[in-house]
Amino acid sequence: MACIEARGLRKAFGTTIAVDGINLRVEEGRILGLIGPNGAGKTTALNAILGLTPYQGELKVLGRDPWTERDQLMRDACFISDVAVLPRWLRVSQALDYLAGVHPRFDRAKAEGFLAKTTIRRSSKVRELSKGMVAQLHLALVMAIDAKLLVLDEPTLGLDILYRKQFYDSLLNDYFDRSRTIVVTTHQVEEVQDVLTDVMFINRGRIVFDCSMEEFESRYLEVMVNPEQVAAARALKPIHERQVFGRTILLFDGVERQQLAALGDVRTPSIADLFVAMLGNQSGAAHGASR
Amino acid sequence: MNTPSNVMPGSPQQSQVIPPAVITATGRLYWAVRRELWEYRSIYLAPLAVAAVFLFGFLIRLIYLPAEMRAAFRVNPVQHQDLIYQPYTLAAALIMGTAFIVGIFYTLDALYGERRDRSILFWKSLPVSDLTTVLSKFTVPLIILPLLSFAIAVVTQFVMLLLSSAVLLGSGLSVGTLWARMSFFHMSLILLYHILTVHGLWYAPIYGWLLLVSAWAPRAPFMWAFLPPFVIWGVEKIAFQTSYFLAMLQYRLTGPAPSTPAAQGGNMMEMLSALTPAQFFSTPGLWGGLAVAAIFLAAAVRLRRYREPI
Repeated sequence: MACIEARGLRKAFGTTIAVDGINLRVEEGRILGLIGPNGAGKTTALNAILGLTPYQGELKVLGRDPWTERDQLMRDACFISDVAVLPRWLRVSQALDYLAGVHPRFDRAKAEGFLAKTTIRRSSKVRELSKGMVAQLHLALVMAIDAKLLVLDEPTLGLDILYRKQFYDSLLNDYFDRSRTIVVTTHQVEEVQDVLTDVMFINRGRIVFDCSMEEFESRYLEVMVNPEQVAAARALKPIHERQVFGRTILLFDGVERQQLAALGDVRTPSIADLFVAMLGNQSGAAHGASR
Repeated sequence: MNTPSNVMPGSPQQSQVIPPAVITATGRLYWAVRRELWEYRSIYLAPLAVAAVFLFGFLIRLIYLPAEMRAAFRVNPVQHQDLIYQPYTLAAALIMGTAFIVGIFYTLDALYGERRDRSILFWKSLPVSDLTTVLSKFTVPLIILPLLSFAIAVVTQFVMLLLSSAVLLGSGLSVGTLWARMSFFHMSLILLYHILTVHGLWYAPIYGWLLLVSAWAPRAPFMWAFLPPFVIWGVEKIAFQTSYFLAMLQYRLTGPAPSTPAAQGGNMMEMLSALTPAQFFSTPGLWGGLAVAAIFLAAAVRLRRYREPI
């Protein structure tokens, strides 16, 4: 059984179509990165998956209909939707008590273990914690839940780089195993590149790119081309071209590594570069068409 | 299921699978209600503060108590009894009034505050249904506030009785008259009955309406709660020249009146005790009100499913 399965998922706000007929299948044990520009429909799609918003089309999450069975679904799924949603009046000890009281899969000892590695005191209220500490607290609570699906919507927005790095490190080291599934959206694409097993680009409510990281690494190569070989490299039909410090960097889809190695330094591109190459071109084309 | 290769040495992850804890629906409701008391501490702080301030006022009154008691011997026993009961009735009324006001502001904020501070996204990430959430918030004015205000009122009244006794003893008067003329247990029983029936059951549709507004209002729930009744009253008045809606609201606020005329002239305690359970529970207004409250709550549960942070 797939963890998330959507067919023709659609959601409109008035005349604005936020999600435009998405087909999606996320298998168990994957870490999927959902990447897209602002207003692409990422959060709306995730909200539909989490039962926070009604939708059209077919959607099953862990075999359930999220809209009508949210409370049942949340026994096996969990999410961090945006930073700073923990109520400011809540004490850390109260958060632990409450979760232990209502969540069958919450392991209090585990949460205490995670918190012991931070400087968060049990008696503190959320309003007394820094933004980074609130994120640590939320992550500690969520990681202590033995969930099958974890959804993270911009979980590190506004945090400094140390907290962001620590956030993904603990997620990978202390939480993830092959039986869990994680879906994450973020604008800090470069920080999650090594974490993901799959990547998906979403733009204007549609999935425009979907591939596993193994496939990504074998298909896409970036070459910093030696100046005298630029013309030869262009003949191989790069999908994107950019200039850095006067050097030309070309991005290729499905060209042999040996063939490219002769033209310059070859490396795996960052997801961000591919994103710019694909969506930057697309919006450019759209602008051109409208002119 | 776990792959040890993913686990860093020294990480607290356990490899054995922990069976999920058994959590019943009542268990969830219990924690949801406790959560309300964590967030809205005024539920118990406000009546406690009012009781403390009232006791301070009563201390001042105690200076005149010996003189009052001496004068009271000259009036007839019925008036005497009224005089003795009066401060105790006032204490209960003040604490119940406070609880009512707290209940209004609590229910208006209960489903609005979580949207305003975005914490609804956290609460919805937990396996607590919208029904449990709304019911837990309705439990507060229906059961928690009445029981709490009863307990605080009884303790306050008992402290008053002890203080009065001490003052009377100090001034060489007998406490016998005071204790003989008032039955503390009887008074408490009537108070409990009044609080549970009127403040709990009879006011249920008021709290239901406020919770519904709280779940719905895009902003300013206070305005949305009080403006519609005002407009309905005005429209009814101009269109039909009647005031049924206003009369209905008044009836709801004042509670079912006792039918025996003898009780209407007496003091508050006698008035309340005249309203027998049989009479109260056969009032159609009670059941109509509870039905309306149920409709408001069902609508609030449904609305909360659609609600997002504002």
